[in-house]
Amino acid sequence: MQPARTDSNTKGNGLLILLSTIKGMGPLLGLIALCIAGTLLNGDFASADNMMNVLTRTAFIGIIAVGMTFVIISGGIDLSVGSMAALIAGCMIYFMNKLAMGVGGVMLAPLTIVVLGICMAIVLGAVFGLVHGLLITKGNIEPFIVTLGTLGIFRAFLTYLADGGALTLDSTLADLYSPVYYATVLGTPFPIWIFLLVAVAGAVILNRTTFGRHVQAIGSNEQVSRYAAIRVDFVKLSTYMLLGICVGIATVLYVPRLGSATPTTGLLWELEAIAAVVVGGTALKGGEGRIIGTVIGAILLSVISNILNLTSIISVYLNAAVQGIVIIAVAFLQRGRK
Amino acid sequence: MNSITRVAGAGVLAMSALSVQAAEKLVVGVAIPTATHSFTSGIVWWANKAKTDLEKAHPGLKIIVKTAATAPEQANQLQDMLTVNKINTLVIFPIESASLTQPVAQVKNKGVYVTVVDRGLTTTDAQDAYIAGDNTAFGKLPAEHLAKTMNGKGNIVILRGMPTTLDNERYDAFTAVMKANPGIKVLDAKYGNWNRDDAFKVMQDYLTRFKHIDAVWAADDDMAIGVQKAITQAKRTDIKQVFGGAGAKGAVKKIMDGSDPLITANVSYSPKFMYDAIKLTTEARLKGTKLPAKTIIPSVLITRDNAKQFYFPDSPF
Repeated sequence: MQPARTDSNTKGNGLLILLSTIKGMGPLLGLIALCIAGTLLNGDFASADNMMNVLTRTAFIGIIAVGMTFVIISGGIDLSVGSMAALIAGCMIYFMNKLAMGVGGVMLAPLTIVVLGICMAIVLGAVFGLVHGLLITKGNIEPFIVTLGTLGIFRAFLTYLADGGALTLDSTLADLYSPVYYATVLGTPFPIWIFLLVAVAGAVILNRTTFGRHVQAIGSNEQVSRYAAIRVDFVKLSTYMLLGICVGIATVLYVPRLGSATPTTGLLWELEAIAAVVVGGTALKGGEGRIIGTVIGAILLSVISNILNLTSIISVYLNAAVQGIVIIAVAFLQRGRK
Repeated sequence: MNSITRVAGAGVLAMSALSVQAAEKLVVGVAIPTATHSFTSGIVWWANKAKTDLEKAHPGLKIIVKTAATAPEQANQLQDMLTVNKINTLVIFPIESASLTQPVAQVKNKGVYVTVVDRGLTTTDAQDAYIAGDNTAFGKLPAEHLAKTMNGKGNIVILRGMPTTLDNERYDAFTAVMKANPGIKVLDAKYGNWNRDDAFKVMQDYLTRFKHIDAVWAADDDMAIGVQKAITQAKRTDIKQVFGGAGAKGAVKKIMDGSDPLITANVSYSPKFMYDAIKLTTEARLKGTKLPAKTIIPSVLITRDNAKQFYFPDSPF
């Protein structure tokens, strides 16, 4: 009986449709408003260089957030992504440095080492995701607990690997590898292209494939999905692997920036990624969400801190408060959207 | 009832006093933060080195090193060390000032000699001695060095650590010197959280915002690394100096070798003071002397001339 009433309402009232569209556009409107404010406060905000800076630094969180969107839509959560990124970065640097010293007397070409390092990062991400997925589906443990556990485990192992200090990439390798972060293609930094690619792939998988529909179905109602013969465990496991691979890709872009990993690498990235997903309009309880929303959410978050850095009208002590207010305001814009 | 408790209390006190004297064995508890970043890992490394060195030099001496990630964990460790390990001397680097004051005071009330390192407690009653690095000099020396090398004029941007009293002391000392140099303009000061990535972002935005910067006070060697990457990326040549701080081995090596034109000086704030604190306390206790109430390990300017003394290749810091 309820669906009939909502149907007639939306059909009969054009204004309501418009209103719900505006609510759906909440994150985008928020972003546009922020950009206008930013430009008014400091003309340099709108400069191409600044835009590129902001988008490039969004790439890490953005790529992770795309993977996180799948996990959250399926009704899960992953708190470990920041630590995972840090550990992958650490392992990658450690492994590449070891290779640079020669394997069994054979010296590898620096380019081969970099390629091997990149492959390792992505494989490691997938393996970590697989472990999460197995513990959650076969082990039947809450994702919150599993990933809270690995959050600590991953970071502890990085700290151990780095001996508490910093792991720094061999300088020849670092020089060869640095274009992956710093180079531009058609005037646009490389990480932005990868971010775009990951986002498009994510949107296609979510909206145009059976897998994507199954992810959404499981998030809305896991029990009914089981009855509908969806391989729930397999799909859930795949979302964690997908997220792991996204973390691997983000790390591949991250390592060449500073060429080092420290125990503070990737601190609180998990919260930024989850915030980007939720600000972008994905329901934290699962069931539905959009990749484009996540992308806008991620950009919105880095634009806020960019504007705060470009101005000094607000005391630095209050930076976090400004971020909090904007996040709540954007969530308010899309309240009640079903 | 009341008098019974009092008698019992006196008895316990007398017994514990006796046991310390009778045993004549010094058991030193060392409570420090876990290695979460380069500086704290330096603290852990130096504490363990002090244990090895001192236990070798003084047979019979026992040093117990415990690391904690949070203030409640550290408070629990204090209780454990007192009841299980029977420590009679404590050297503590408190994770937080306020929340550890009471737990430390309780340990001291049981007759344990307490030395507090670096982060002060809210009351000095809870400690016998206080040993710390010099945060005022940490801000003052870079400011004086920059003012001198910039000939009293130019533009500076500042990166701050995290909102803590320690950071405030450094920042206030730096800006106090700058007030005396009206030719130098401090363009802005933002938090980089003692983190390379955050410093990179803040510096990128400074570079977008300010077209001419002469020097950067990065206030930390980790942050200096992020700052330099941002400068290289923007291909800016106006910046003549990046001043880090704390004397991490990588930064000191650059000064020693003269390999980086932007990094010419640093200020020491070595986690080695942990080693000094344990050594001073232990030796004073063995001799039966008292430490001065307050010992400040001076921060000094590191330049190419004296860099060698501050280079510890084995330490992770």
